Formats: sequence, structure tokens, C-alpha cells
Amino acid sequence: MSTPLVSLVEASKTYGQLDVLSSMTMSLNEGEVLGLFGHNGAGKTTMMKLILGVISPTQGKVEVMGVAPDSKEAWHCRSKVGYLPENVSFYDQLTGLEVLTYFAKLKGFSKKQAIDLLEQVGITYAMKRQVKTYSKGMRQRLGLAQAFIGEPKLLLLDEPTVGLDPIATRDFYKTVDQLKSNGSSVILCSHVLPGVEQHIDRAMILSTGQLLAMGTLSELRQQADLPVVIKPSGLNGEVTQDTKLNAFLSQNDQHSLLVPEQEKLAVIKQLIALEGLNDIHVESANLEQVYQHFLEKHELQLQQKNQGAQQ
Amino acid sequence: MKQILTVANKEFHDGLRNRWLVSITLIFALLSIGLTYFGAAASGAVGVTSLSTTVASLASLAVFLIPLIALLLSYDSFVGEQESGTLLLLLTYPLSKSQLLIGKFIGQGSIIALATLVGFGASAVLLYIQSGDINIVSAFSLFIVSAILLGLSFTAISYLISLSVSEKSKAAGFALITWFLFALAFDLALLALLVGVEDGVTQQGLTQLMMLNPTDIFRLVNLSGLDSSDVNGALSVAINASLSQTQLISALLAWVVLPLTLAIFIFKKKTL
Repeated sequence: MSTPLVSLVEASKTYGQLDVLSSMTMSLNEGEVLGLFGHNGAGKTTMMKLILGVISPTQGKVEVMGVAPDSKEAWHCRSKVGYLPENVSFYDQLTGLEVLTYFAKLKGFSKKQAIDLLEQVGITYAMKRQVKTYSKGMRQRLGLAQAFIGEPKLLLLDEPTVGLDPIATRDFYKTVDQLKSNGSSVILCSHVLPGVEQHIDRAMILSTGQLLAMGTLSELRQQADLPVVIKPSGLNGEVTQDTKLNAFLSQNDQHSLLVPEQEKLAVIKQLIALEGLNDIHVESANLEQVYQHFLEKHELQLQQKNQGAQQ
Repeated sequence: MKQILTVANKEFHDGLRNRWLVSITLIFALLSIGLTYFGAAASGAVGVTSLSTTVASLASLAVFLIPLIALLLSYDSFVGEQESGTLLLLLTYPLSKSQLLIGKFIGQGSIIALATLVGFGASAVLLYIQSGDINIVSAFSLFIVSAILLGLSFTAISYLISLSVSEKSKAAGFALITWFLFALAFDLALLALLVGVEDGVTQQGLTQLMMLNPTDIFRLVNLSGLDSSDVNGALSVAINASLSQTQLISALLAWVVLPLTLAIFIFKKKTL
């Protein structure tokens, strides 16, 4: 067992009366990409700040590369960590190259590396222009270039794809995959779910400072116990006649079957055996559905708790 | 140290880019040359006036202008970066809070110092060429050194403001109030105390009270060496109980170091 790159043990953060993050336990291994999902105010940014060492946990322990990130010993680790904040507007009156050179120098790198990074994110053509003339997507690319300075071992990206066009988003995920294969770990914070699934190893779902679920996507699917949607076509009433298949028929849509994960194969086999079948469409629950499921469950629990308190 | 220089370099270039350096230098140069040549216009003559009159008028103008310019230049250094999100980002870098603050101070302080040196130095050179009086050099060096210290002191004070508020507009408001209190209200209050309350303060006590205001120390430094005919108000009383120039300059220096130390302390306590 190698030691995890990042580990949180019962870490919590309170501001006055407000619990922004309550007893969070997680770990991140080298070369792993973790998706952090939750609504605004779920505690995503607070968790990132804890890992970055900008704030200290009220309780519990946070360790990055074996040391507490808010301590003096963590100093030399800082140049190995890249961060893209959610809302950042760089010095408007500076050119893109000047901004990136400034940040590169602070991490101990030179202007040359800054130019290389600008090329990597594809804004070399605008590097001599003032940042105030940049579009939202270009600013985001500049922010990403900033986070990539010095090939960090750990990358924390807060809403990295906001404002990026589809091609830039694809390029971005390509870079993430590349960093991952180089052994870097990435924490990806987002509420834009589509497209992110195939790039993350594990997902973590937060709400109001609490951990709702964590695991690989298939683990989460299993936990959520969401049905697989199977849409056969070309069948005339065979499904409704079959008592076994009839039980799975969706209430809303007469053409699709909602099948639990473990029955999936059996049902598909049965459908394939049917004569008239000319096409079949199988769709597992996606990340968005899983996410919504956990959030709804959490809200339901909260409501019950409130009702309990009122009685 | 490298980090401090990187930050200082960036801040200095910001000052160049925003035309701050050029405009402050021009303002100072125009004012000082104007005062040097036309200061006597009121008494009906155009030409170089006496050295003490020139320094006295320069000092009474600088005492309003320099604090205002220093506050304007640096009131948003921290709160501005906090609003745009770069402050949070910088703090995740291998850069300590005191390194960032000192770096900013060196960068912006150099802008003020350079502008003061070039702007006021211009008229000193001009005067020297005209008259060849060696006293000009010493009088002006003292004036320029104390003016730079005054500027640095208000740069440090504006960092205090910038770190204590969470909105840029609030910082601007507080900067104006600070300027008003130090440059105008404090002296009026002293005068009221002196005139209104009989035997309210001793001469010694008055001088000590003046140490609470960097602009007053600046005035004392520059006016105590001159003919008292050019000086009036509460100052002329204080001058008679004069402290040595070294003491005054040290007091002004303390007004740079103390706010700066306090600013570092506040910055370290600040959560983002």
C-alpha cells in the first residue's frame, strides 16, 4: 500500500455557527482523478482550500504528501500543487504572457515555461494582448495554464470547463488524461456533469458540507440501485403478454423496461430470444441520475429529520 | 527574497504601466518649479524667492498631496486582489503573506520614492544652477527624504485599510477619511485645543501630540530649520520646543515601520 497523496480524516470546518464541512474522511492516491460534485455551497471550495492549506481545519486532520498543508513543512510541496480557483479574473491591464510569467516566476520557473504552457492551452496567438481583451474561454485557458505550471503532482480544479467551447473542453480533458498517465492526481470540482464520467476514477458527492456518497461510478450505481433502461423495438405486444417482462414495464413509457442491474443480462437474453426484435437499446444510469438520486435521498432525510424535530 | 523581488517588480511595473509614476513625477515637478519661480508673485515679484519661503510652501503643499497620492496608489492593493480572486491564488503559491506584503510595499514604495526624488529634485537642481548656494542641496535633501518617508508611511497605512475591509469601495472611503483626519482635522483639533482650552497643553505636550500624526512630523522636520516668519499656527509653538532632526526623522521612520508591522499581523490573521 502506498501512502495516499491527499488524506482527510474527520476534517471539519466551521465558520462561527455555520458547519461548512463536517467530518470529512477521504483519500486520494497517486495518479487518481477524483470528481467532486455538489451544488453551490455544498463545501467543495472549502474542501479545496483545506487541501491547499489556505485555511486550517477546525477539527480533524488534513495531510497532503505526508504533511499538513497549512504547516511550514508543506512549503516545498506548494510548487508541486496546481490550483484553478472558481472565480478568478487576472490582472486585466497585463498581457497574458506577463500574467503567466509572474505566476511561473513565483513557482520558480522562467518565462520560457510560461510560453510553452500558453502554447499547450492554445492561446499563444493572444499572449501579447492585454487580458481585458480576452473572452471568457480565453481567460479560463489562461487560468488552466497557470494551474499546469511546473507539472504539478496534485491539481485542484474548480469548475475548469466553465466557459470553454466543446473543442477546448475536449482538449482540456485530454490534458487531464495526460497528466494522470504521468502520475499526477487531479481533483475536479464541477456541477457540469455530462462529459466528465469517462475521465474520473472516483466520484464524491457533497451536499451542505456532508459526504453523501463516494466511490467509482459503478459502485455508486450499485449503491443508488437505479434501474437500467432497456428499449426493445420491433416487438408487438410480446412484452406485455410475458408476465415476467411485463413487471418491468415503465409506467410512463410503454416501450421501455426498467430493469435492476442484476437482472439486466437475464432480461436481455430473454428479449433476444424473441422473434420480432430488430433493435435493442440498453442504457445504464448516468452520473447525473446517480447524483440526483443521492441528493433527493438526502433532502428526504433532512425533511424527515425536520418533521421529527417539530413533533 | 526572490519571491519578494518578483512581487515588487510586478507592482513597480504596474505603476509604470498605469502612468502613475509619470503623472506623480510631473505633478511634483510642476508644483515645485512653479512654487520656486512664482512663489513670490503674491508680493509682486517674479523670480526665485528665498530658500526658506520655497521650502515652506513646498512642504505645506506636499503635506496634502503626498498622503493623498500614496493612499490612492495603494488602497486597493489587497482588497482589489481579493475581489478578483488572485489573492487566494497567490496564497496557494510558495509565497508567504509577509513576502507578498513586503514585495508590494517595495514595489509601490519605489514608485512614490522615485516620483518624489525626480519631481522635487528637478526644482532643487534648477535652484542650484541659478544660485549656486550649497544650502539648497542640504535643505532639499532633508525635504525629499522626509517626503519619501511620509509617502511610505501612508502606503503602509493604506495597506492597513486595504487588509481590514472586504470591499474596494469601502477601502476608498476609508482612505479618504484617513487623509482628511491626518492632513486636515488633526491640526484643526490641535489648534482648537491650544486656543480654546487655557493651559490645556504645555508646549512639550503639544509636540508629543504632534508625534501622533506623520504629516505633522513632516512639517516639523521641514519648517523647524527655517525662519519662523514663514511659519504660523500651532506649528510655530511646537517648533520652539524643537526636537532634534534625528529624533523627528526617527519618529517618521517609526510611522513607516509600525503600520507595516501591524499590516503584516492583520494579514496573517485574515481568513479568505
